[in-house]
Amino acid sequence: MARPPVSIPEIVRQFGPTLNRIPANGWKADQEPDRIVKTHCCFCGQQCGIQLKVKDNKVIGFEPWEDFPFNQGRLCPKGVKRYMQDEHPDRLKNPLLRKEGAGFAPVSWDAALDKTAGEIRRIQQSYGNDAFALLGGASLTNEKAYLMGKFARVAVRTANIDYNGRLCMVSAAAASKKILGIDRSANPWSDIPKAKAILVAGSNVAECSPITTHYLWQARENGAKLIVLDPRMTPIARNADLFIPVRSGGDIGVFNGMLHVMIERGWINREFIARHTTGWEQVEEVIRKYTPEYAAKIAGVPASMIVRAAEIWGPAETSFLLHARGIEHHSKGVENCMAAINLVAATGRIGREGCGYAMITGQGNGQGGREQGQKCDQLPGARDIENPEHRAHIAKVWGVPEESIPHKGLSMVKLFEAIHDGQIKGLLSICSNPMVSLPNNAYVREALEKLEFFGVIDFFMSETAHYADLVLAGSLMEEDEGTTTNVEGRCIRHRKVVEPPANARVDWKIICDLAARLDHAEKFSYNSPREIFEELRRASQGGVADYYGMTWERIEQENGVFWPCPEPGHPGTPRLYEGNKFGHPDGKAHFQPVEWRPAAEEPDSEYPIVLTTGRVVSQYLSGAQTRRIGALVDQYPQPLCEIHPLLAGKMGIAEGDFVKVESRRGSVTVRANVVKTIRPDTVFVPYHWPLDRAANNCTVRVIDPVSNIPEYKICAVRVSKVPPPQDEIAQLEVQQGGVR
Amino acid sequence: MNEMEFFIDHSRCIGCRACMQACEECDTHRGASMIHLETIMRADSVQTAPQVCMHCEEPICAQVCPADAIKKTADGIVQSSLKPRCIGCSNCVLACPFGVPKYKAEINQMMKCDMCYDRTSIGKGPMCATVCPSGALAFTTREQIERTRQGVAIREWSFGGEVVKTKVNVLVPRHVHRIDVSVEQLGMTSTDEYDVANLLMGEPNGRK
Repeated sequence: MARPPVSIPEIVRQFGPTLNRIPANGWKADQEPDRIVKTHCCFCGQQCGIQLKVKDNKVIGFEPWEDFPFNQGRLCPKGVKRYMQDEHPDRLKNPLLRKEGAGFAPVSWDAALDKTAGEIRRIQQSYGNDAFALLGGASLTNEKAYLMGKFARVAVRTANIDYNGRLCMVSAAAASKKILGIDRSANPWSDIPKAKAILVAGSNVAECSPITTHYLWQARENGAKLIVLDPRMTPIARNADLFIPVRSGGDIGVFNGMLHVMIERGWINREFIARHTTGWEQVEEVIRKYTPEYAAKIAGVPASMIVRAAEIWGPAETSFLLHARGIEHHSKGVENCMAAINLVAATGRIGREGCGYAMITGQGNGQGGREQGQKCDQLPGARDIENPEHRAHIAKVWGVPEESIPHKGLSMVKLFEAIHDGQIKGLLSICSNPMVSLPNNAYVREALEKLEFFGVIDFFMSETAHYADLVLAGSLMEEDEGTTTNVEGRCIRHRKVVEPPANARVDWKIICDLAARLDHAEKFSYNSPREIFEELRRASQGGVADYYGMTWERIEQENGVFWPCPEPGHPGTPRLYEGNKFGHPDGKAHFQPVEWRPAAEEPDSEYPIVLTTGRVVSQYLSGAQTRRIGALVDQYPQPLCEIHPLLAGKMGIAEGDFVKVESRRGSVTVRANVVKTIRPDTVFVPYHWPLDRAANNCTVRVIDPVSNIPEYKICAVRVSKVPPPQDEIAQLEVQQGGVR
Repeated sequence: MNEMEFFIDHSRCIGCRACMQACEECDTHRGASMIHLETIMRADSVQTAPQVCMHCEEPICAQVCPADAIKKTADGIVQSSLKPRCIGCSNCVLACPFGVPKYKAEINQMMKCDMCYDRTSIGKGPMCATVCPSGALAFTTREQIERTRQGVAIREWSFGGEVVKTKVNVLVPRHVHRIDVSVEQLGMTSTDEYDVANLLMGEPNGRK
């Protein structure tokens, strides 16, 4: 019975989000810390180095870490204020059991773990092993991501484990694998300032990966030309040499149109293509019809912009492509990325200094989190769960018969569909908040309400945890040891800064204790995350994402080690594809021809406007952490609907008016922000908020057929001016889903 | 000259407010940010501008202070007001051409940026410039700036004819030697340079 035990406002009153505005020990100055710990930010995939100040086992502040090479002390506002989630009044400190009509009440760990294990058993005995599913997250350390995959396959024996990286990196991953053969950014960030042409497609770098801004600006200081594709003039687009305000979903028009011009003007590297690639003829065939004029209709921009982009990109001596969710969050997300990567392969500008390609990882461990085996189709080392050799290797490391390892399970959106359809009856989730992050929130809620058992491991009462039978109080990043792998493919060390408070426990211990209750104690008998890493190393050995040569000591001493690092003493691999050796068995890059096709839901007469969603700089993902930090909430308190004055004028909407953005699935009521910096056919609402302020009430539950990423970046809506909402939800605080 | 100096490059600013959030963490004024971030004209553009104290050679704030509460150190840092002296009259708030000093009613005192004197005086960088993710704020040597930036660092301003020289530099295009702020410019309210609708009509981007 996975429904909120009391009303949502009642749960919110007890568990927040409330705002922490004052550091532990107060705003006092001159407090001599007991120690200063070098670690990393817990938020996005940049994984900036930061030092946390500790006094009396409390994090009392931060100090920039200028010696860490990636960010050299630089931080965004989230990183600066992340320490405010420590000692937070909302922090969960005990396992909590749902009590109908009364809320959530503390129970002992034994009772909580016994119940969870008992429900896993009961559901699996009644409905089959796969009727119990697990959901992981890409903010987990490598160690925890590895543990989740092993827990699913060895202890729970379910095929159905997936993770929220499915909402983030999978289109980039699939495209990169198809063309280049490896799912990782091809270059370290130090190559960016050495490039003479830079193409940033669908990435609001300034707000979503702020540290990367300095790399882009440094490239421009060195004479690079910057091209930015985005339906909105973001802060980096403002200073780009060429800003292309592409229609959401029209990116292939720009990429294919550019390639058309490049072929026509001889700006492709035919020698490289002949020696190091396959499939060029098919691409050339498809590209023939993408004249700038034809491409411009798809892209929704003047043809001259596409020609200009080709003129910058085509003849450049060195170049760097970066893309992110803006082109990836589509039902053709993989195709969008492939069309972009074709532009890299056609010039042969990859695998050397200043020449390359990167996907900008969104979540903290977006890279590592997808390599260690918590994806429904992968085993550790980025291995294929259907490949007999890969299965045999992992079976040996785990000490289990190969046939006992389940086969490919359902990806995250399909997993929720299976819950909705009644095929999956139980779910244990960690590090995920689908009630905010999945498309079509009403559908997600219906699904959660159908679960016979729903367990959540989290450190705060997320909006998703409202629907749980049991909430297990887990750990913050700074409360445990481990590693993550940053946007560049650099594996870095997170340090335990403080102990988890009161009766909260480190996540890996919760998982191991559950495994023990499922009669697999001996395979989960780790004494520390370091022991998990030692096993992860061996499991990854010989895989694509090979960590075998890494040790925690090396990672610390060398400020991170880039995979593949196949043996001890191997320097690691900051730059992939050197010497034009690609990741496919034939060593070549495989061009993929891409034809544009429309989005699942294009605007029509009934819903004539495009809604696109994204992030703001002061909030992170579903906001479960950042909507609890006062300084970050003050910076951008509630979601706003960005709308061009031409469009706003038609509907009589003025700055600050309340508007209802409504799709076929639901609506969100927010204030209007009338700005000239967005296409007049498109509105934008950031997605970090819950309930009636959730942009994902509107988004469409359609996924890319290859990557299974949802189409967050385009759906059809209508927008109308409405009176200020007065209902109970609207009265909540802004960080809780209210509106002011 | 290897002296560390402060540089502002407004063209790099992305409005993320990491500077303000970090300023608030500085020990001398923990809990209150001394740097301001101006959102210029959000309806028209995403342009933002960080504003630290420019540390004028002849600080107008100090000159107009009837209580002699604002002192300049030998190394050219114009300090925040001295608590025992400040009478909260706000003369400095009105006089500063950069809008830096702010009167804090709750403590009846003016407070402003002192370039993190507690940090810079012991060889650390100011909080804002250390964390700034875009390099819009930088605390480094003039030589390093000249080597790595296309713009030129200047520190001379003219406000309607009144010349002000500052310790803090701003990066401007190479041909600019002094920033002239005329009175009529202050009334400007709108620009279509960044209007996406115009760009879609095939208007040139309006930028280099």
